[in-house]
This record gives sequence, structure tokens and C-alpha cells, in this order.
Amino acid sequence: MTNKKVKVATTSLAGCFGCHMSFLDLDERLVELVEHVQFDRSPLTDIEHCSTDCDIGLIEGGVCNSENVHTLREFRKNCKILVAVGACAINGGLPAMRNHISLEDCLNEAYRDGLGVENAQIPSDVELPLLLDKVHPIHEVVKIDYFLPGCPPSADVFWKFLTDLLAGREPSLPYELVHFD
Amino acid sequence: MVIEEIQGDFMQQFIKQLAKDNDFKSTSLLSILRAIQTRYFHIPKEAIEQLAELLNIPRTQIQNVIAFYSFFHFEPRGKYDILISSSITDLMVGQEELINYFSEKLDVKIGEVRADSVVSLNNTSCTGMCDQSLAGLVNGYAITKLTKARIDEIVENVNKQLPLEKWSRDLFDVQDNIIKPDLLLNQKPTQGEAINATFARGLMETLNEVEKSGLRGRGGAGYTTAWKWKFCHEENADQRYIVCNADEGEPGTFKDRVLLNSYADSVFEGMTVAAAIIGATQGFIYLRGEYLHLYEKLEAILAARRNANLLGKNILQHGFDFDIEICLGAGAYICGEESALIESLEGKAGIPRNRPPYPVVSGYLNKPTSVNNVETFLAAANIAIHGGEWFANLGTAKSKGTKVLSISGDCAKVGIYEYAFGTTIQTILNDCGASDVLGVQVGGPSGTFISNDEFERKIAFEDLATGGSFIVFNNSRNILDIVHNFSHFFAHESCGFCTPCRVGTSLLKKQVDKIVEGHGSAGDIVALEELCQLIKNYSHCGLGQTAANPVLTTLERYPELYQSMLKKISYEPGFDLDKSLETARRMAHRDDAHAHLAQVED
Amino acid sequence: MSKTIVIDGKVIPFEDGQTIIQAATAAGVYIPHLCHNPKFTPNGSCKLCTVKVNGRNCSACTFPASEGQNITNISEELNDDREKITQMLFVEGNHFCPSCEKTGNCNLQAVAYHLGMTDNHFPHFFENREVDASHPDVMIDHNRCIFCTLCVRASQQEDGKNVFAISGRGIEKRLVVNSESGLLKDSDLDVNDCAAHICPTGAILIKRTGYNVPIGQRIFDHAHIDTVALAAEGASHDE
Repeated sequence: MTNKKVKVATTSLAGCFGCHMSFLDLDERLVELVEHVQFDRSPLTDIEHCSTDCDIGLIEGGVCNSENVHTLREFRKNCKILVAVGACAINGGLPAMRNHISLEDCLNEAYRDGLGVENAQIPSDVELPLLLDKVHPIHEVVKIDYFLPGCPPSADVFWKFLTDLLAGREPSLPYELVHFD
Repeated sequence: MVIEEIQGDFMQQFIKQLAKDNDFKSTSLLSILRAIQTRYFHIPKEAIEQLAELLNIPRTQIQNVIAFYSFFHFEPRGKYDILISSSITDLMVGQEELINYFSEKLDVKIGEVRADSVVSLNNTSCTGMCDQSLAGLVNGYAITKLTKARIDEIVENVNKQLPLEKWSRDLFDVQDNIIKPDLLLNQKPTQGEAINATFARGLMETLNEVEKSGLRGRGGAGYTTAWKWKFCHEENADQRYIVCNADEGEPGTFKDRVLLNSYADSVFEGMTVAAAIIGATQGFIYLRGEYLHLYEKLEAILAARRNANLLGKNILQHGFDFDIEICLGAGAYICGEESALIESLEGKAGIPRNRPPYPVVSGYLNKPTSVNNVETFLAAANIAIHGGEWFANLGTAKSKGTKVLSISGDCAKVGIYEYAFGTTIQTILNDCGASDVLGVQVGGPSGTFISNDEFERKIAFEDLATGGSFIVFNNSRNILDIVHNFSHFFAHESCGFCTPCRVGTSLLKKQVDKIVEGHGSAGDIVALEELCQLIKNYSHCGLGQTAANPVLTTLERYPELYQSMLKKISYEPGFDLDKSLETARRMAHRDDAHAHLAQVED
Repeated sequence: MSKTIVIDGKVIPFEDGQTIIQAATAAGVYIPHLCHNPKFTPNGSCKLCTVKVNGRNCSACTFPASEGQNITNISEELNDDREKITQMLFVEGNHFCPSCEKTGNCNLQAVAYHLGMTDNHFPHFFENREVDASHPDVMIDHNRCIFCTLCVRASQQEDGKNVFAISGRGIEKRLVVNSESGLLKDSDLDVNDCAAHICPTGAILIKRTGYNVPIGQRIFDHAHIDTVALAAEGASHDE
């Protein structure tokens, strides 16, 4: 492993932060990891934007709105290696189950006609990102280099993947670490 | 009136009679459904239940057949159901503009039924009229050479609810357009000549002549006809069948339409000779649904042949019984594949069977069956008369005799041409009056696109094999438009049985759309080619194995054309990002800068 | 001397009438598959069992074994292509493993694991498909159907019924139920029918049995599908 620390950025798009939680399950291994890794933009650091020289971007969640698209593009632009982390990033996951229902019906149910809705109106503040018709896996929006399946991928998956990359090996996961759930 | 009928006993009576007329045979399912569709403009649910009982088959088989074939519907179509061919040759005469004109004049959206239930309009796959585009079907009957004036006439007829019989015959005029007859098309044998010659020479001796002739299947695959008959004959069985494949669905081909219109006697005679040789007493002609206009004429010819003892019992005193039944398809390209055709004959969805066993061993009702092309039978009848050498004198070492071509597209004289195998593309282009040629699609979408560097190539199984489709494109045409049309065709016609074809052809359609519409980026050509190879190498039958040919044959010849469509970026999404925000924008009443997305990063 | 074929260099005996996959299974050689089950007539639709027979692609589940066949089952090319075929099945339907009761016990998922698949590669169709929960004991989630016809065949060949069929053309294909309403509750399917238990994915599920087995003890949590399939299908073949 080289002396220069590898810059890792992470984010959660249409996800539940479960993958990030799982990442934190690295526990004491995090200490070893930060010997070699410097966290850039990430909910762990509160850094708002990627540095231009990130090495690895870990993306949790699929793409459900315009902000997700911008974020994903920022990561793609600034990370040498972009990784889809978890089921939602890989195939849209649970948020993509709304793809069965038209966006119009979704919004009406949530903001107009649903049980217990008061002051019914569709939010229209310009600060709010607009929803896409369907939730897409991230590989349908930008090019992705690696995929870490799992809901979430276990801490061991992150560990194996990152240590492989840090050691200059082609990352590969043993059978027991590959699961889609 | 119709609605009351459905509610009453009339339909029940009608269906009961239909089933009875068909001896309650489940093999007649397509024919029965055609009758119901014609009368009620759809297949009502009650009809499915009743038929399941009468024919003693599961309702799901009937549902599957209705869902599988394009000409059957669960929901009513209009009293006048108008379909417009979307073959590439139709597009070349402005199909898009004309169907939109039709839609506007009829006040019905494409794919829909007008509110008054009088008329419905939709696109359909090639109807076998590429020499008289724009073509279409009204209630199954071919209409040709559609122009705005002729469309106006049809609209008037429809709005007046004029019965089809009272429409101007000119609208239904189908020309033969035989431009260049040769060996086969110049023959006009007398009725019974081939049958008598066969029995005079001896059955096995005639089979030897067919073998000597070197005749190979004219549908395109080119299997040696004599071998097929021989294997079929050698199978131990109590019944064998002979089937004429008249399901020519390959876009751009229409020669079987002409052969059946003007050479039907010889075709039937060829079937009879084949039946005598293999030992079949029953034959079928599987006529594509689009050729409904030929049905009555062919029935009349069969009836005349029965009267003349050319069919039926003890044919011409040779102690041989044989008859032919016409079975109409219902809009499914896949039924041109012989085992899918057999499934369809059995009253099922046209899904190609696993092979082995081959149809010559286990075909129709699991009996040995020889399925041959219309043109093959025509050739066989004439070979039976004139002997094998007469035929084998023409052609090349591996491709004997002549080939009938359907020539369409950008040339002065579209129509039917017959050539000895080995004729160069250039010769053909000269004959049909094609100039400024960009390329030729030989063998239809499943065949090969050849560029104007290759016109010295030859029509032959060992070079450019073709079932007869020959579409000429001049330099005003865009190759990617052609590929786009063909990719949509295959995705529409995939039977869906196997994964690579079912999913692959739909993915291919999307990928071609992405590139053609200008959303392709660096990796998209590689992805395209990879997908093509997967579909080609892993599909179950010929449809899937050739579905990627339009892309593969043009990508090989015009890589720079594909490359030129790509943006100089590493990646672009395959869906329209900004359009994907449309609903949200509308509902939030927003149109500010943040309410939009660029398709690619700035 | 019994007749033999060669698979990946290994000499394997076969009997006349056996398909390649039958001979392979009997000899303990796994060929990936989804629509094949030795109990029923082969279908040949999923194409995962494609092998190279003397250089030509054939479906091992339908192609008869015969003397002189030199067969490639394991190669990088075949493995990559099988992975892509599996990915096609994943994008065609709506396979959200984390919310599927079958996860951990699913053949589609296990084949994907076996082939080293980590993503779906192709753009998703996100088709709108129905769920039929009408039957008191069995449910159909059409989102997960891969049209393998195992339920169709099991119902006909094992249960002596005709509950299921595949209907429609091309990408519009759907599993249909043989009942007047089209609903499972009105069919003669019984929860104990083989057809109710044969689904290789989570398309046909027995109600009230989901997540009974804890993670870690499910079929494919530790065992590869090759081991599991050979144990199950080799045994049923020997019967």
C-alpha cells in the first residue's frame, strides 16, 4: 500500500443509509482503514462537495429525483472509480417498487387524496428536487465500475473490496459475500 | 344488434355450429377463431369458455392462441379493422405521413378503436405487397397502392358503413408484376402432367430425379428437398403429412403470393407428387393470414382438381389417395419456421419445437411431416415432368436451378424476377432499373445487407442465400432507419419462448433506438455488438439467430456510420431525463431552471 | 463397453435416450439451468444450459447425448454469456430480492451467484405486472415469473391437472391460470400440488411460510447451486 491516502467519497441517493450503517459495522477495522483512506464528500465528514481528485466513490441508493442526478454526476466527474453499493443502487431496490404506479398516482396519494392529508397540495417550492417518472439504478444514468450487491452489503464486503483495491488487486468477492438481500 | 346477439343465444348457436362444421377438432382452432373474430370483431370471453368445452381443450390454450396471433383480439376492434403495413418499403413511400393522414381523416388514433366502434386503425408487419406499397388490410383483405386519394375513398366508405363487397374493386387490386420469367415461370404444364409423369417413371425414380435436380428448399434455409422426402418416406408410420409453407412473412418477399395466384395448379401438383413419394394421404397449405384474398380462389382450384380426380381417391387411376386442406394463419411471422408452423396447424401458438426430433420424424400430430416452400413444390412439379437434369443444368455447383425473387424498393420495375442461381447482384440491379444504389437487403431483415462494393456477389446458397426478398435502397436512404425498422420488426415478432430472443430482441430495439435517436455514447456500439452476438448465438430458432443480422451486417460494413452517431462523451443515459421530470413539473406547476435536467452533464 | 461423451475433458458414460444434461447430472457434472427439472419433459427455453457440442451451441437439457460428442460446459465465454442471459431475466421482470420471500432459497438468485453476477447490466424494463393473492394458500407474483413452464409441466405431469399455462407472444408473455375468472382461487390448485412448490423463483409462493428459515440456514446461504442441484437431481434421477 502506498503512503498517499486514497480519497473515498460516499453518498446516499434514493437509499435508506442502511449501506452506510453497514459500512460503519467495520468497527475497529475503520481505524485500520483510515490509515490508508481519507474520507472526502460523505455523510461521515459533512464535506458538501467532492474534491476533484477522489479515487473511489461509493454510491448507495438509486436515482429517484433531479438532485440525485446532479449528485451522481458530481461523483462520476470527480471519482476515478465509481461503485454502486447495495440493491437500490444496482437495480433501484425498494424505492423502485413505486415504478409500478404512475408518478401522478403516487403524488396524488401522498399529497392530495391520501388518508389524513390536510391542506392538500403538491409541494412546488423551487428548492425541492422534482421526482423522476421512475426510479432508476445508477448504471442507467452514469457509467459504473464496480457493483457491491446486498441489502446491505455486509461490512466484510466493504472490507474485502477496499482492501483488494488498496492492495492493487482486482476486487473479487468470495461466494459467501455475494448476496442480493 | 351485435351486442344483443352476444347476450343472446345467437353466438352460442353460431359457435356450436362452427365447432360442428370443424368436427370438434382442436386442430381447427385458428380457423374457428378467425370466424368468430370476423363476426364479432373480437373473441368474447363466453366464446372461449364455450369453445374450450366443445373442443375439449383447456381455455388457456385458446387464450394463448388469441394473445399470440396479431389478428385475434380479446377486446373488440372496429367493424372495419384497418391495418397498414409498416414494412421498410412502406416507410419508403411515406407510410408514417399516410397513416397519420388516415388517422386524422378517420378520427381514430393509431392502435385504437373509434368511439362509435365503426373503425379501428393500426400498424402491421409486412403484408407481402412490397411491389404495391403502401399496402394494408381491411378486415383481413389486402388493399394496395394507398395514396391520399385512395385513403379518402376508404374513409368515405367506412363512414357510410358501405359493405366491403360494395367498395371499388380497384382498392383491392393485387397485381402479379411478373417482370422476368425464366425456367419455372415460363412453364404452363397441363393438369395432371406431373402426376402422370411421376407414376409413369416410378415414385422412387422420380425421387431420384428430384435428387439429381439438386433442388434445395426455397424458403431460404436450403435443405436438400429429396433428402427431406426420403427421410420422411423412410420413417415407419401409419400416416405422413405433406405441408406447403405459404407463410412468407419475411419483409420484402411476395413471390409466393404470385406463385399461388398464377401457378397454384403446379404448386398443388408438386404437393401431390411429393405426397405420392413420401406416402402421405393428407396435405396442408399453410397460407399466411395476410393472403386471405387468395383463399377463395385457391379453394376453387382445389375443388376443380377434386372434380378432375387430381385430388381425392384413386387419383388418375394410380391407386393413390391424397387431398389438400388450406389453413389460414393469423399474423405471426414465426409460423414460417417449420416446427412453429406445425404447432400452428395443430391449433396452438406458433412456438418452434425442440429439435431433434425433426418434423420428418415427428411433425404434425407427431407423424412424419415434410414441410416445403411454395416455390419448392412448383419446381418439383416441373422436375417431375422434365427430369432432374433439365433443372440442374442451370445454376452453380451447390445451387441448382433458378430462384424467384421479389424485388422492391428503389428501382424502376418492382416485381417478380426469376434468375438462374449464380446471377450477380449487378445484373439484377441493371434489369430492374436501379441506379445510384446504396445497398441491397438480400433475403429480408434476416438476411444480409450488402453495400455497393459487393454487387459482383451472386445469388446462391454458397454466397447470398435468400428466400426471395430483394430490397433495393438508393443513396437517399439512411441505413440506420432501415436497421431501426428491422429491429422493431423482430422484437414484435419474437415468439418469446427463449430468453435470449424474448428479452434480447426488446433490448436490441431499445439499444438501436438509443443510437439512432442520437443518445449513444462511447460504449454503446460495443454494448450493441455484444447483445447481437448473444441473441445470435443462444437463441432457440432461426428467428432469434438472425434477428441481429440487420445490425451485424451493417455494423460490419459501415462502422463509421455508427460511430458518427455517438456523442463524444463516455456515457449517456438510455432514457430521456428531462422528459422523465414532465409529470412532476406539471403537477408542481414548475418550469424553473431547477425543474429541468440536461441529458448529459455540461 | 458403454457409450461415452466428453465434457470438459472428462469421459462420461451415457445410455441411449439420455440428454446431455441427464448424462452429466448422473456423472456429477453440473450444467447451469433454470427451466430444467429431471422429473419433467425438458422445455429448453431458459438457454442457461447451453453448452458447446463439437463447437456448436446446444441446449444440454434437450439435446440427446451421442457418441463422439466433445462438449464444453465450463469456459469463460459460456460463463459470461450465461451471466448475461441471467441478467436478461433480472431486467425483464421485477426482481427485488430484499423484499422477496424466496430470497436465499431461489434458484434464479443462486444461479446468478454461481455465475458471479453482481449487477443487472442491461436497462430495466420495469414492466407493470400483477399479483394474484386470491388463493387461500398460494400466491402468484407475476413480477418474478421467468416463463420456465415448470409449474405448467408439474401441474400436467405430476398433479394430473392443468392449472397453469404461458400465454402471449414475445416480451408480452405471461403466466395464466386455467380458471374462468383467471384467478388462482377459482382453479383446482391445491397447496399440496407439486406445481405450487416447483417455482425456481419467488413467482409462486406458499402463503404464511415466508422467512421461516433464518438467514444463514437458507439453502444457498453457504451451498453453491451446483452442489444443491446435483444432490437433488442426481438423486431423483437414480430413483
